[in-house]
Amino acid sequence: MTEGGVPPAQPLLDVRDLRVEFRTRDGVAKAVNGVSYTVAAGQTLAVLGESGSGKSVTAQAVMGILDSPPGFVTGGQILFRGRDLLTLGREERRRIRGAQLAMIFQDALSALNPVLSVGTQLGEMFRVHTGASRKDARARAVALMERVGIPAARQRVGDYPHQFSGGMRQRIMIAMALALEPALIIADEPTTALDVTVQAQVMDLLAELRREYRMGLILITHDLGVVADVADTIAVMYAGRVVETAPVHQLYKAPAHPYTRGLLESVPRLGPKDRPLYAIKGLPPSLTAIPPGCTFHPRCPLARDLCRTDRPPLYEAGPERTSACHFWKETLDGAR
Amino acid sequence: MGRYVIRRLLQMIPVFIGSTFLIFLMVYALGDPVAAMFGERAPDPATAAQIRHDLYLDQPLWKQYPHYMGQIFQGNFGIAFNGRPVTELMAAAFPVTLRLTLIAVVIEMVVGIALGVFSGLRRGRSIDTTVLVLTLIVVSVPTFVSGYLLQFVFGVKLEWAAPTVAFETPLNEMLLPGLVLALVSLAYVTRLTRTSIAENARADYIRTAVAKGLPRRRVITRHLLRNSLIPVVTFIGTDIGALMGGAIVTERIFNIHGVGFQLYQGILRQNSPTVVGFVTILVLVFLIANLLVDLLYAVLDPRIRYA
Amino acid sequence: MPEPHVPKEAIGHGDGGTAALAIGEAESLERAHAAGPPPPGGAPTGRPRSLWSDAWHDLRRNPVFVLSALVIVFLVVIALWPQLIATGNPYRADLAKAQQGAAPGHPFGYDLQGRDVYTRVVYGARASITVGTCATAGAALLGSLLGGLAGFFGGWWDALLSRLADIFFGIPVLLGGLVFLSVVTSTTVWPVVGFIVLLGWPQVARIARGSVVTAKQNDYVQAARALGAGNGRMLLRHIAPNAVAPVIVVATIALGTYIALEATLSYLGAGLKPPTVSWGIDISAASTHIRNAPHMLLWPAGALSLTVLAFIMLGDAVRDALDPKLR
Repeated sequence: MTEGGVPPAQPLLDVRDLRVEFRTRDGVAKAVNGVSYTVAAGQTLAVLGESGSGKSVTAQAVMGILDSPPGFVTGGQILFRGRDLLTLGREERRRIRGAQLAMIFQDALSALNPVLSVGTQLGEMFRVHTGASRKDARARAVALMERVGIPAARQRVGDYPHQFSGGMRQRIMIAMALALEPALIIADEPTTALDVTVQAQVMDLLAELRREYRMGLILITHDLGVVADVADTIAVMYAGRVVETAPVHQLYKAPAHPYTRGLLESVPRLGPKDRPLYAIKGLPPSLTAIPPGCTFHPRCPLARDLCRTDRPPLYEAGPERTSACHFWKETLDGAR
Repeated sequence: MGRYVIRRLLQMIPVFIGSTFLIFLMVYALGDPVAAMFGERAPDPATAAQIRHDLYLDQPLWKQYPHYMGQIFQGNFGIAFNGRPVTELMAAAFPVTLRLTLIAVVIEMVVGIALGVFSGLRRGRSIDTTVLVLTLIVVSVPTFVSGYLLQFVFGVKLEWAAPTVAFETPLNEMLLPGLVLALVSLAYVTRLTRTSIAENARADYIRTAVAKGLPRRRVITRHLLRNSLIPVVTFIGTDIGALMGGAIVTERIFNIHGVGFQLYQGILRQNSPTVVGFVTILVLVFLIANLLVDLLYAVLDPRIRYA
Repeated sequence: MPEPHVPKEAIGHGDGGTAALAIGEAESLERAHAAGPPPPGGAPTGRPRSLWSDAWHDLRRNPVFVLSALVIVFLVVIALWPQLIATGNPYRADLAKAQQGAAPGHPFGYDLQGRDVYTRVVYGARASITVGTCATAGAALLGSLLGGLAGFFGGWWDALLSRLADIFFGIPVLLGGLVFLSVVTSTTVWPVVGFIVLLGWPQVARIARGSVVTAKQNDYVQAARALGAGNGRMLLRHIAPNAVAPVIVVATIALGTYIALEATLSYLGAGLKPPTVSWGIDISAASTHIRNAPHMLLWPAGALSLTVLAFIMLGDAVRDALDPKLR
C-alpha cells in the first residue's frame, strides 16, 4: 500500500489510500486509485493534474458530494481532525459540510442557483447552520459580500447571480465558502473560468483570506503558474494516483517524477526563443483500462521493463518528498 | 416589464384577428344561416332578404367581419339557436366549463407534479420506469375512450360516482369528469416534471447546495423544486386554454351542458353567432392565458429580462 | 425576438391528445450524465459512428423500439391487406344478432347492426393508418419547408411566419375541427387529413425553424458562408441535415396523436363518415350501449389505443436515439 510520509503532528485532513470508482453502463471507471495526501492547519496544498486525473473526484469524495450512483468510494479513509468522515452518518457529515469543510467551485455562474438572490444563497448558510433569523442572515450576507470586496454590497444583496460579472460571482462563491469560517476550504479550479486579469485578483483574495482566517486550503488546478505563488506543498496526480508530493519550491527546482518534469517543461517560459516547448507524448490512459505497472509508462521517456510490470510505490524522495517512480533518483539527478 | 406587456398585447391583436377571421370564414362556409332558421319551411323571399339585411349578411365577407367584431366589442353577440341572446347562453355555459377546467387543472397539478417529483428523484429505478410506461399508456388512450371506461367502471359498475352530471353540476359529480379531462395533461405534467427534476438534480447549483451542508429536504424544496417547476407551471398555464376548448368530449360523455355542448348545438343548427361568439371567447381565453404565462415566467425566472 | 422560453410545443392539445408532442423532454440525457467523468483524453471506443448509424445501433437494442416497430409493421400490413386475417365482410349486417357477444367464428361479437366487430376492428386500421401517415407527411413537409425558410432567411419572413403559426395555435383544435369539417360532405379521408395538416404544420415549423437558426450559428456554417457558399448549397449541405433529426422525432410522436385526433373527430361526428370503417365512428355508435354491450366499445377502443401507443412509443424511442443533446 502506498503510505505517504506521515507528518509528525496530526494533520487537519489526512486522506489515506482513497479509492473511488464510477459504475456505468460501459464498465467501471476507476477514477481514484489509492490517493493519499495531507493538509496541515493553515497550510495550502495544491493538487495538480490534467482533467480526468481524479483530482476533482477526490475533492468531491472528501466533501461527500459524489454523484452516487454512479460514483462510489470503495476504499480508504478520509481523516478530518482525526475523525474518519467515511464512517460518519449522513446527518453528521452534513453538519460538517459548509461549516467546517467548504468548497469553491470552478464555474460560479452554474454553481450558484440562478433563481435565488445572492443574499438568499449566502444567508442560507447562517439560517441552516446557526439558525440565524432572516434579518440577521441578510445582514451577515451583506457583511460577507463587503469582506470579499463587492462594491455597494447593501444594494446588491438582492441581485441574482447573472447580474454580476464573472469575477464578482466568484467572489460570492468565496464568500459563501467563508461564511462559517471553516477549517478547510477546497477550491476546485477557482479561477479557470475567469479572465486572466481577474484571475490574479481572485487568487490574491483567496490567499489573503486564508491567511486571515488561518484556514487550510486545497487548491485544485491544472495551472502551474497559479500554484507557485500560493501553495506550500504540491501533490501531482496522474490517472487517479498521486505520483509526486513535494514542497512547492523543491518541486519547481527539481521534479522527482518524469510526469511532473513533463508538466513543468511544457510551460512556456521567458528565455531563449529557440528552446522548443516540450509536450508529453500520447494521452492519459482510459480509466476503464488502466495499464499495468506504472500508469505513466506508455508515455514516459525513461520507461524500462520494470515500469511495465511493477507498480511503483510512493518512494521517500527526500525530506517531505515522495515520488511514485522507480527511477526517482535518476529523475531528480537529471533535473539538477 | 410594462413595455413588454404592451408589446405582447399588441402582438396578440393580429393573432386574435387572424384566428377569429379563420373561424368566421369556416362558419361562413357552413351554409345559409337564414335558411337554417326556418328549418324545413322555405322562407318568404322578402322576409329572408330583410333578415339578411338586418344581420348584415347581404354584405361581402370582408365587411361582415369587422361589423361583427364591432358588435362583439359592444357586447352584442347576436341571437343564439334557441332564440335567446348568445350572451345569455354564454353566461350559462362558461361557468360550467370553467369549473370543469379548474377541477382538471387542480388534479393535473397536484397528482402530476407529485408523481413527477416522486419518479424524478428515483430516476432509473423500477418505480420510475413504471411511472414512465403508465404515463405513455395514459397519453395513448384518447379521452373519449378513457372517459367511457372510467364512466363504465366508476359510474356503472362500482357506482362510486354519478355516470352523468346533474344540471346543477354539483362538485362531487364533477370530480370524475374533471379527472377524465385532466388525464392526458396529467401524464404530460408527470413526464415534464420528472424530466425537469432529473435534469436539474445533476445541475451544478444543486451540488453547491449539498456542499453547503443544507439538509436534503431543503435542497429539494428550495433549490431543486423551485427551478424544476418553472417549465411545468408554464405548461399548466397554457394548458388551461387548451382544456377549455377540449372539454367538449368530456362534456358530451357526462352530459354536461358547458361550452362544448352549446357549441355543438350551434354547429348542428348552423347558428353562426353562437359558433363565432363562443370560439372568439375561447381564443381570447387562450391568448390571455399565454400572456399571463409569459409574465409568470419572468417572475419565476429572474434571468428572463424583457426588452 | 428575445422572448421568454415557454414550452409552446406542449400547448394546443386538448382532448384526444391532438398535438401535445415533444414537451422538451430529455430523459435520454441521463444516459450521458450517468457516464460519470469523461474518460481522460479520447479513450479508444471503436470506430467513429455518425448520428444515424449510432441511433440505429441504439434502436435495434431498445426493446421498446423493437416491440412498437413490430406492432406498427403488423398494423400497416393489416391496413393494406385486411383480408389476410379477416375473411368476413365488414358491412354484412345481421340485425337478429345485433349487440350479441362473442360467438364461434366471431370472437369479438356483433355490433348494433349485427355486423362482425372483429372484421370491423381489422378493417378500421386502414383509415387510422392512412390519416396518420398522410397527415404526418403533409404537416412535416409543409412545416419543415416553411419553418426552415423562416429560420434561414429570418427577418420579415420569420416574423410573418411566427404570427401565422400563432394564429393556427390559437384555434381550439377540436372545435375548429367541428366547424371546419361539418361543412364537408366528402366521405373520403382527405378533408380530415387536410384539416390536421392545417393545424399541425406550425408545430413542425417551430421545431424546424429552431434547429435551422441554431445550425446557422454553427462555426462551420459561418465558415462555409465566409468561403462563399451560396444559399442553396448552404441550406442543403450544411443546414438541412441538422433539422432532419428533430423533425423526424416530432413527426413520429405526432403520428400517434394525429390518429387519436382523427378518432376523436370521428367520434364527435365531424371526422370520417360511413361507409368508411373507422374505430372512432364505431366507438361513438357503441358508446350509448356501454351498459349492456361493452364489447362493442372495448374492442375498437383497445385497437385504437394500442395503435396510438405503438406510434408514441416509437417516437419516444426515436427521440432518445436521435436527441442531439446526447451527442
